[in-house]
Amino acid sequence: MKTNDIIHETYTALSANKVRSGLTILGIVIGIASVIAMVSIGAGASQSISSSIKSLGSNLIQVTPGAQRTQGFGASGGRGNAKTLTNADAAAIASQVTNIEAVDSEVSGRYQVTAKGTNTNTTVMGVTSKYPQIRNVEIAEGSFITDAQNDTGAKVAVLGPTVRDDLFGADAEGIVGQRIRISGAEFKVIGITVAKGGTGFQNQDDMLFIPVTTSQRYLSGNQYLSTIAIQASNQDVMTHVQNDVTALLLSRHNISDATQADFSVLNQNDILSTASSITSTLTYLLAAIGCISLVVGGIGIMNMMLTAVTERTREIGLRKAIGAKRADISAQFLAEAVALTLVGGVIGITLGWGIAYLVNMTGAVKTSVSLASVLLAFGVSALTGIIFGYYPARRAASLNPIEALRYE
Amino acid sequence: MIEVTSIVKTYGSGEAAFQALNGVSFTINDGEFVAIMGPSGSGKSTLMHILGCLDTPTSGSYFLDGKDVSTRTDDELADIRRLHIGFVFQAFNLLPRTTVLRNVMLPLVYAGVEESERDKRSKKALLAAGLAESHFGHMSNQLSGGQIQRVAIARALVNDPTLILADEPTGNLDTKTGEVVLGTFQRLNREHGRTVILITHEQDVAEHAERIITLRDGIIITDSRSHTRRQAHHHEN
Repeated sequence: MKTNDIIHETYTALSANKVRSGLTILGIVIGIASVIAMVSIGAGASQSISSSIKSLGSNLIQVTPGAQRTQGFGASGGRGNAKTLTNADAAAIASQVTNIEAVDSEVSGRYQVTAKGTNTNTTVMGVTSKYPQIRNVEIAEGSFITDAQNDTGAKVAVLGPTVRDDLFGADAEGIVGQRIRISGAEFKVIGITVAKGGTGFQNQDDMLFIPVTTSQRYLSGNQYLSTIAIQASNQDVMTHVQNDVTALLLSRHNISDATQADFSVLNQNDILSTASSITSTLTYLLAAIGCISLVVGGIGIMNMMLTAVTERTREIGLRKAIGAKRADISAQFLAEAVALTLVGGVIGITLGWGIAYLVNMTGAVKTSVSLASVLLAFGVSALTGIIFGYYPARRAASLNPIEALRYE
Repeated sequence: MIEVTSIVKTYGSGEAAFQALNGVSFTINDGEFVAIMGPSGSGKSTLMHILGCLDTPTSGSYFLDGKDVSTRTDDELADIRRLHIGFVFQAFNLLPRTTVLRNVMLPLVYAGVEESERDKRSKKALLAAGLAESHFGHMSNQLSGGQIQRVAIARALVNDPTLILADEPTGNLDTKTGEVVLGTFQRLNREHGRTVILITHEQDVAEHAERIITLRDGIIITDSRSHTRRQAHHHEN
């Protein structure tokens, strides 16, 4: 039997029962579409999470005060409040650890900020001139904090776009040079940063920047830092730099047992891999849910094909009597099952793509349809057709022609 | 040429065993028109299945054109059916939802014959079976009972078989239409030299053949020339 003839027979058989074929195809359509749409949502979520982590800075290593591991001692658990890192630590890292591009000392706190008749409560970051380079921040207007301003403890501030909007309004012009008050002290606005978007763990636009020395002198009133941010020179040396920084700080803090460290060193890659392992688990979960509906669709195909074999028992008997071999009969029924899944697969991929597009349009979740998920869905649908069509096809092929012809 | 020797067919085993054929032997030469007759339960259906290579005998031998076909596998039997035998059944001869031409073509489709060639051969067979060309494109469910049987005859002819095997071909037809169908068999036998075996339980249908083999309880009781051979009237319409 030629391929053309198999296609002809398949078309005739499937179009004879349009409603039934349509419903069976619908089962596969739903299965495939849900695999594509759900995987695209999972992949989109994982992409947006990893891009927001990357937007925090590239090749970033962060040192924060507090214990790396809490082993039952409650006192060491308060990481945010621990005061163990100093300007001297940051300077030592900058001068003694190799393969470093930049080091930024940071102090953060929430303070009430006021301008002429307006006020907001926002994050005030005490930073150095290295901050924009390490944290991927760009200046929209004016300039960023300089080393000289840090050395003198100048009372200057760089506003994030959200802070600017809150204090001066979205359409305000000529903000650079204006005065604001942070916790009572007067600061001069010298620049505004470019918006980074509100995604991620915190809104990076809702903060303002002042020199770290100024922050220590007028706001926190001590010499401690809340973060030392380090930019390694490239991806490959990150672990190396992380180890060097840990060793240096341990010796500076006179700690011999690394498990008792009063600081923690976080590698951006660690954060990224933790986040991506969470999102890939999510993606697998979504794909698994989609696959369940695909299996249900496959059972629908098997059901339809078994019904067809029973209904067409006499037809099979006749075909065998006039010379069809087992292989001819099973090819015919298998082709019907595969045709159902392929048609369902094509429609399902289109529909899944459409759903992913619509979800993207709503803006709630970013979606991304990958070629891999399309291939996976298509492969699974073809496989479903073969697996769930095989048993009915075998049953049809093994019918005894005499019995089949006698069948009422 | 068909040579059947001491064919036995037993269904079941032990106490429940039932012997449908109990040592049947005969020879049918090319170009003969033979009727196999007998009441129900005589074993004629079993014999037809064995002659049609739909089944194999429990013992005994069956030579079709000099080849032993009594001990073949399913797929080998399918090959023999496709190449050497044309069937006309009592009912359900044609595939539903399929045109007349496509139905006739089916044995050639399974044989893998080229499209233009099978088109030509199918049309020739349909004309030989006495069906007008205007019917070729009709669906099988648009035909009358007599037309269906003639399409079935055309399909039985299309692979140029050694043997045409008709199982109660007039069983579902009125007498007049039955006559037309039987006339078609006679004409094919006489004009085209086809070997035809007709299985029936009706005496007057069997009398259209030139030789009648009568079965009862699994054995041949008579095998004789039909002296009062009927000639069917040709109502070729």
